[in-house]
Amino acid sequence: MLNMGPAHPAMHGIIRIVLELDGENIVKSDVEIGYLHRAFEKMSEQSGYLQVIPYTDRLNYVSPIINNVGYCMAVEKLFGITVPERCQYIRVIMSELSRVTDHLTCIGASAMELGAFTAFLYMIKAREYLYELMEEVTGARLTVSYVRVGGIKGDLPAGFEEKTRNALRETRKVLKECDQLLTRNRIFVDRMKDIGVITKEEALAYGITGPFLRSTGVDYDVRRATPYLVYDRLNFEIPVGTRGDNLDRYLCRMEEMEQSMRIVEQALKQIPQGPLQVDMEGKVIPAAEAVDEAKMGQTEKLATTRVAPDPTLEGAHKDQYPSIEAKEKRAVLPAKEDTYGNIEGLMNHFKMIMMGGGFGMGGHGIRPPKGEVYFPVEGGNGELGFYIVSDGTDRPYRVRVRPPCFPIMAALPICIEGGTLADVVPTFGSVNMIGGELDR
Amino acid sequence: MEKIHLRIKEKFGGAVLSSHDFRGDETAVIRKDSLLEIARFLKEDPDLDFNVLMDLSAVDYLQFGETRPRFEMVYHLYSLRKNHRVRIKVPLEDGEPGVASLAAIWPAADWYEREVWDMFGIRFSGHSNLKRILLYEEFVGHPLRKDYPVNKRQPLIGPKN
Amino acid sequence: MSEDFNSNPTAGFFTSKIQEMVGWARKYSIFQYPFVTACCGMEYMATACSHYDVDRFGAGLPRFSPRQSDVLFVVGTISHKIAPVLKQIYDQMTEPKWVVAFGVCTCTGGFYDNYATVMGIDTIIPVDVYIPGCPPRPENVLDGLMKLQEKIQKQKQLI
Repeated sequence: MLNMGPAHPAMHGIIRIVLELDGENIVKSDVEIGYLHRAFEKMSEQSGYLQVIPYTDRLNYVSPIINNVGYCMAVEKLFGITVPERCQYIRVIMSELSRVTDHLTCIGASAMELGAFTAFLYMIKAREYLYELMEEVTGARLTVSYVRVGGIKGDLPAGFEEKTRNALRETRKVLKECDQLLTRNRIFVDRMKDIGVITKEEALAYGITGPFLRSTGVDYDVRRATPYLVYDRLNFEIPVGTRGDNLDRYLCRMEEMEQSMRIVEQALKQIPQGPLQVDMEGKVIPAAEAVDEAKMGQTEKLATTRVAPDPTLEGAHKDQYPSIEAKEKRAVLPAKEDTYGNIEGLMNHFKMIMMGGGFGMGGHGIRPPKGEVYFPVEGGNGELGFYIVSDGTDRPYRVRVRPPCFPIMAALPICIEGGTLADVVPTFGSVNMIGGELDR
Repeated sequence: MEKIHLRIKEKFGGAVLSSHDFRGDETAVIRKDSLLEIARFLKEDPDLDFNVLMDLSAVDYLQFGETRPRFEMVYHLYSLRKNHRVRIKVPLEDGEPGVASLAAIWPAADWYEREVWDMFGIRFSGHSNLKRILLYEEFVGHPLRKDYPVNKRQPLIGPKN
Repeated sequence: MSEDFNSNPTAGFFTSKIQEMVGWARKYSIFQYPFVTACCGMEYMATACSHYDVDRFGAGLPRFSPRQSDVLFVVGTISHKIAPVLKQIYDQMTEPKWVVAFGVCTCTGGFYDNYATVMGIDTIIPVDVYIPGCPPRPENVLDGLMKLQEKIQKQKQLI
């Protein structure tokens, strides 16, 4: 009996695998999870709808925007609202960039465990370019909380297209180098080929989706099966493997990164124009002064002046609002110029932020109608579904996350039994277990 | 093809308590005794062909404001060939013997049911290995129930801060 | 003993110089044990790699056994299920040892105020440096590392 205990050198998070060995061969195995259980579902019952968004970031923390998008689209489905087109394109672009960071981290870490440290360093370098891009747009590198119910936080900054093209070009160079280092490398292929095999029927019986399933030959992708946002207008292929072993999963992920970058480039070409420039005619005053004047009651002037937004609110100027947020008063916060400039905006903001009944102020929060929805999106590991039950108040009654790597971990004993101890490492690396998602 | 939830209602009549189509999600609420039978039908019928169990979970309706059975099991099924989905709900009272395990039909149900036992305390008859999966064995209680306070810690070591 | 040092100032000069030298050597050869659990692990990886290189501080080699390392980096949320394991690893490390609480979940529990999270690892093991942030930027991590190095330098070295 051997215990690959919770804290082990494979940098994939904490999990415990108890192996029963016969020499070097594995006879039986038992997987124990739950070491990162952070009670996402219980916390989301205590918070308002918008306050759950930071918790969703930390579910699959290598591709945070995909979780945000999934949750917000589920709540939008409850409301029955659709977001403007430009916002949909922006969500697609950011999701695909997140997916590239996910696969980069997965392949980099699993290559490092097999000894290919250089590949890991190259991939993390490429990931840094993408993190810089995300920081330009959202303000944070990792836990972004970029998407809101009914829109996104702010529009793309000026010069984004140019920077993205540069970043993608550099990433493609890195991928080409890593491809040369790994794909035909005798040692890498010998350690990954025909190891950790799972058949199509077993994978479907366990409810597995994502690159794990596609490597066995089933081309199921949520973006094709139930298209959401603008995926039905974009042209991309779904890489499908044949053998269902580790090497196929690695090749699937490498190819998926290329397809994601293709999607980003197409989306950048197709995206409808935002406001050509933020209208800065008339008098321009800094935002802090505008707030002070509004508090003193001099709001007539604000109708004609333009306000220079603060750096944290960049991209959320009032002129940009029609392209990034749906026209839905029940769910979307009004632009700051309205909040400070006229009484309707202020009341709208007040009703949405103050939680129901607190201090007797009669606030509202976001209140979707009573009902339940299930909304699947394609995460880095497979189908990420959000099942939300609403009872009409401002807190969700139940938020359930369908974690993509949960069934994969349930099927892990099938992949490793019959193999040797050394095969556990590459198999586990190709599973891409993300603790935040598995244990929630 | 007619709607799935109407098809289930037509075939199983009294076992289906209600069904709806809110926001395009087809849902059928069924009696717990006919769960195994309906599950087998959904998997084997060639027109429906639900070969993938996507999600299995439960909801505690204690504070919902309506008088109804306390728990409700929720099953999300997907058909790969036909590309359609259905949601099956099974209401349960608290303290009942529980509900039949679907692990024989879809092996995916195994771990999902362990998680429901861990979080809600619903037993599954016919499950081979019903023990806690996300929390440790020394934990007392079932945290996702509405009457479990969110802050009640049961530390293994260290203070109860 | 102190009378000896007071009466013999050269001995006092030597011992303090030796203390400084040992402190200098220790602070620039940090062997870390990364106990990585959650999202902060991504920023830990980013700090350890080429863009925000941590190797230039002498801390670039993680040892994957607690008995061979001297700084325990606790990275990411600690739940009650894994707390005994953390304590065991801390106990297995040999003196001199230091602990860095990386990320706000390890400092105080973060925004996970629930039944499953340890509200700060200093309730279980003693902590030397706290690096807050969710996750902390790599520059913050390097700043925390430099503070740890100052602490090691100033500490009374038992040789």
